[in-house]
Amino acid sequence: MAEKIIYAMYDDDDVLKDGAKKLVAKGVKVAEVFSPFPIHGIDPIIGVKNTRLGVMAFMYAITGTLLATIGMRYFMIVDWPMNIGGKPNNSYLENILAFIPITFEFTVLCAAHGMAVTYFLRNKTLPGMPAQNPDPRTTDDRFVMEFRLSENSQFSEEELTSMIQSTGYVELDLKEVK
Amino acid sequence: MHKESAIREPLILGHKTYTDITADVCKPIEDKAPKMWYILFTIALIIGLYGVGCIFYLIGTGIGVWGLNKTIGWAWDITNFVWWVGIGHAGTLISAVLLLFRQKWRMAINRSAEAMTIFAVFMAGIFPLIHMGRLWLAYWVLPLPNQFGSLWVNFNSPLLWDVFAISTYLSVSVVFWYIGLIPDFATLRDRVKRPIPKKMYSILSFGWSGRAKNWNRFELVSLVLAGLATPLVFSVHSIVSFDFATSVIPGWHTTIFPPYFVAGAVFSGFAMVQTLMLVMRKAMRLEAYIHTRHVEYMNIVIMVTGSIVGTAYITELFISWYSGVEYEAYAFINRFSGPYWWAYWSMMTCNVISPQLMWIRKLRRSLLFTFIISIVVNIGMWFERYVIIVSSIHRDYLPSSWSMHYPSHIDLGVYVGTIGLFFVFFLLFARFFPVLPIAELKTILKSSGESYKNAPDTHGHDHADENHNTNNH
Repeated sequence: MAEKIIYAMYDDDDVLKDGAKKLVAKGVKVAEVFSPFPIHGIDPIIGVKNTRLGVMAFMYAITGTLLATIGMRYFMIVDWPMNIGGKPNNSYLENILAFIPITFEFTVLCAAHGMAVTYFLRNKTLPGMPAQNPDPRTTDDRFVMEFRLSENSQFSEEELTSMIQSTGYVELDLKEVK
Repeated sequence: MHKESAIREPLILGHKTYTDITADVCKPIEDKAPKMWYILFTIALIIGLYGVGCIFYLIGTGIGVWGLNKTIGWAWDITNFVWWVGIGHAGTLISAVLLLFRQKWRMAINRSAEAMTIFAVFMAGIFPLIHMGRLWLAYWVLPLPNQFGSLWVNFNSPLLWDVFAISTYLSVSVVFWYIGLIPDFATLRDRVKRPIPKKMYSILSFGWSGRAKNWNRFELVSLVLAGLATPLVFSVHSIVSFDFATSVIPGWHTTIFPPYFVAGAVFSGFAMVQTLMLVMRKAMRLEAYIHTRHVEYMNIVIMVTGSIVGTAYITELFISWYSGVEYEAYAFINRFSGPYWWAYWSMMTCNVISPQLMWIRKLRRSLLFTFIISIVVNIGMWFERYVIIVSSIHRDYLPSSWSMHYPSHIDLGVYVGTIGLFFVFFLLFARFFPVLPIAELKTILKSSGESYKNAPDTHGHDHADENHNTNNH
C-alpha cells in the first residue's frame, strides 16, 4: 500500500515548536523535523532520544589509551629496552612519565576519529549520498514537519490536515510514496 | 530560548532574517570573484611556487643550503615551525575553548579561524619534513616494524611526541572543521544553480538533510570534540616547548616554557586571525557579522595573553640571575646585550609593550590600530622564537666555536614561500567555502541579533509556558 506523507512547512522555529507541542498533546505522531539549524528543545517534544555517541567516544578513547600503553610497553620495555645514562628501563611504570604525552595524544586521536566515523555512519552522511530533505529551502530558512498517515491511523487525512492547519504553517504538501 | 541582557551589544547587526544570513554568506561564493581576489591569488601563488622551488632545490642539494653551521644546527627552520604552529593555535582555541565557555561571539570567526589553523599547521609541518633531508623517508617517524633489527622510534623523545601531537592536532582540527562545514555545504548545495558547483557541494555535503536526530548528534559531537580539542590545544604547544625545555642548553632548560609557549601561541594566533578577519569582513561585506565588538573581544584576548607572555619574559630574565647559574645568566645577558640585541628588543617592544596599548578602549575598538598591532605582534612572535632558538645556541660553552647565524636565500625563500602558500589556501577557502558558520549563526540570531534582541517581546505569553522545558539549553 502506498504511504501518504504530509509535509507542513513553517517559516519560524518557535512556531514549529509550539505547533509540534500542540499536535503531540492531541496524540499526533510527528515523524520527522527538518531544519536549517538545531531547534533547541524540539527533541523531547517529537520523541527523539538523546544520542549515545558520547558513550561511543568514551569507548574509543579507552581503546586509544590501551593501544598506546600496550604499544609503548612493547617497543620501549620488552622489545628493545634503551639504556639511557644507566637509568633502569625494565619497567613500564618507572618510565611512565615519558609515555604520558603520546598516551594522551593517541587517546584523543582515537576518540575523535572513532566518534566522527560513527557519526557519519549513523547519520548516513557519506560522500556522494543523496540529499533527503523534502525541500531545498529547509537548509535556508524553512522548517518542515513530516507526518505519516500510517503512524496516525486514529485520524483521517482530513482530521490530521485540519489539526495541522491550526499551527500556522506556510505551506502544506502531500506526497505518496511506495 | 536563552535571553541576553539588552545592554549587551548585539552580535549580528542590522535587521537580518534567517535567509539574509544564508544570502550574505553565500553571495561571495555565488558571485564572480572580484578582480582583487585574482590579483592577490596570483601574487600568493607566485610567492608560494617560489617557495616550492626553493624546497625542491633544498631537497635536491641537501640542507647544507641553509645558513646553518656547526654551532647553530637549528635556526630558521625550527623558528618558522614554531611560529606557524603557534599561529595554528587560535582556530581550535576559538572553536573549542570558546564553545565550552558558551561564547557566542566565536561564531563570527570560528570557521575561518579554523581554516587558518589547518593551513598554518600544514605550513608548520613542511619544516620538520624538509629538515629530514630525505623527504621520502618521512614515514620513519612512525613505529613501523623494520629490517634494522627491531629498531623503534624513541618514545622518550619530545621530538617524537611532537610527531604524535601535531598529527593528532591537525587531523582532529580537520574533522572538527569539516563536521561543522557539512550543514553549510548542504545549504550551498540547495542554493547554487550551476550544475558543476551543485555536484561538488552535493558531494561535499555528504547528503546532509537536517533531520532532528542529525542535529541532536551534531550538537553532541561538536561538544565532545570541543572537550577533546581543548586539552589538545594546550598539549600541542606544551609538547613543542618540550623540544627545548627538556634539553640542557642554557636559555632553553626552563620549566616555565609550556605555559609561556601556549600563551604565546594564542597571542600570535589571535593576531593572525585579526589580520585576516579585518580584511575579509571588508572584502566579503560581512561587517554585520564581524564588527567592532568582535574585534574588541579578540583584542582583549591578545591583551591578556600578551601580558602572560610579557610576565614570562621578565620571570625568565629574573630567574636566570636568581638561579645563580652563570651559564644561564650569561645566556640572558647575551640575549639583550649581545650581537642579537636588536632581535631581543624587537621582541620586547612588539610583544610586551604593544598589547598593553589595548587597555585603552578607544584603541582596542579602532580597526586600523588593531590591524597594525596584529601585524606587529606577528613580527614580534617570530622574533621571540628566533631569539629563544638562535641566541641560546650561538654562543655555547666553548668560545672558539661561537658563531652567528646568517640565513641563506633558500632559508628566506622557503619561509616567504610558506606565507605565499598559506594565502593561496586561505584565498581558495574564502572563495569556495562558507566563511561563516551559517547554521550556527542562525541559532544565535534571536538571542543576539540586533532586530530581535531589542524588539519588544511580542511572544511574551508563549515564552512563559516554554521556560520549564527549554532552559536546559
